[in-house]
Amino acid sequence: MKRYSAFRVFIEGLTGHEGWQALWRNPEPKPTYDVIIVGGGGHGLATAYYLAKEHGIRNVAVLEKGWIGGGNTGRNTTIIRSNYMLPGNTMFYERSMKLWEQLSYDLNYNVMVSQRGQFNLLHSRTGIDAARRRGNIMRSNGIDADLLSRDEVQRRLPYLDFSDNARFPIEGALYQSRAGTARHDAVTWGYARAADTLGVDIIQNCEVTGFIFRDNAIVGVETTRGLIRAEKVGTAVAGNTSCLGAMAGLRLPIETHAIQAFVSEPLKPFIDTVISSGEVHVYISQSDKGGLVLGSDLDGYNSYAQRGGLPVFENTLARAACLIPGLSRLRILRQWAGLVDMTMDGSPIICKSPIDGLYLNGGWNYGGFKATPASGWCFAWTLAKDEPHEDNARFTLDRFRRGAQIDEKGMGPVPYAH
Amino acid sequence: MKKVWGRSLTLIEQGYCEMLRINCPVCGPRDETEFAYGGDASNERPDFLETDEQAWHDFVYLRNNPAGVHLEYWHHIVGCRHWLIVQRNTLTHEFGQIALARDKTLSPQE
Repeated sequence: MKRYSAFRVFIEGLTGHEGWQALWRNPEPKPTYDVIIVGGGGHGLATAYYLAKEHGIRNVAVLEKGWIGGGNTGRNTTIIRSNYMLPGNTMFYERSMKLWEQLSYDLNYNVMVSQRGQFNLLHSRTGIDAARRRGNIMRSNGIDADLLSRDEVQRRLPYLDFSDNARFPIEGALYQSRAGTARHDAVTWGYARAADTLGVDIIQNCEVTGFIFRDNAIVGVETTRGLIRAEKVGTAVAGNTSCLGAMAGLRLPIETHAIQAFVSEPLKPFIDTVISSGEVHVYISQSDKGGLVLGSDLDGYNSYAQRGGLPVFENTLARAACLIPGLSRLRILRQWAGLVDMTMDGSPIICKSPIDGLYLNGGWNYGGFKATPASGWCFAWTLAKDEPHEDNARFTLDRFRRGAQIDEKGMGPVPYAH
Repeated sequence: MKKVWGRSLTLIEQGYCEMLRINCPVCGPRDETEFAYGGDASNERPDFLETDEQAWHDFVYLRNNPAGVHLEYWHHIVGCRHWLIVQRNTLTHEFGQIALARDKTLSPQE
């Protein structure tokens, strides 16, 4: 694969842009691989990439039932951040942030990481107390966090509702300057291209329909394109983890829910950061094309339909207009829903499953996109070494039995409340 | 944008967006916004005298999470305040049978 560079662009410009290659091959599946990754989203492709790059395991297949970039990787609000508080989450998401910061160079592909900062707005004294604790924990782990006063937030974001009768009075914000956004499609394509360059086979339109067992261990998968064998099979199919689990005879602590995202008509640039509020629960950023990207709650009931309901549509826009009154006449251009694995504590699962040969990566709740690099990195480590890395050691299935849940929001085993 | 007789179709008519309408046995069909979701209703709570940790773990934490007919609770919280037990297809959002939860008459099968 030819490397991308300014020089290449210059040369191609002189020769009519006829030398660009497809980003990845489209190979026929081989009968056996060392490792099979089920799911060709960001997490699966990142896993394959780090398996090849960090662990030298290049005989890897990534099986995707649709096409690359057609699932959840393109169905999020593109925010990246590492403002987590509980042991297990904190350093995992910080690993992800550090990988994001180098990702474009690492992949030789511009994933448009923009560290534009994130304001997590606070609307009450208790909110400020909780944010101070969270910020201190982040700082004690070497992650940047700043508690901003109301005046400072008003200076930076004058378009928020600071009036006396604001529905959600703004008392301050917890600010992470290294947070921001990345272009989600480019992340998938960049990982796919980089993994393919290292010899990984990316096989599209190849749906897994069952597992091949030998002596109670999984030794391959049955697919719509025939049997494919491997000593290790990893799943990275968040949204459908329960379905694959059921094929292997596993019942998992997961419910599937739909979460919506909204993009407005393009506006002149005015939001140069990410604005979110945990208390109101809405998040807003502006894309490079000018559209505002908004999201908020789950639809609230189990769903495998990739479409959303109107109540959340209305709530999201009402909340955004409460925070930024100037948005009240904004028109929405596009809306979509993605399927997420909601776990019983709101934290992910990256571990060896109870079945030999099967490894699980799922349960990403709302937080899958920002986790993409670290998820792939840690899952590759787990697959290659048969044991978890320190950063994903707590993301096990048996944490529920041991009472070691990582419940960032403190909601208990009610998946649709996380 | 799709148009019929010169009029733009709404997101609902195009099938992108929807409001669930739940046919409450007491109140009749009502919007989902009148209800609170109560989650999976197919999990059987173990007997209160049960001391097996595994049984409680499975009840509290594990879900079948089917892509298909799902048996679930809805609480008609701003209507008759009855708890309902509802069959709903998670792939299509189509409703099957709906009954009062206290009657415990439905199973996940259609």
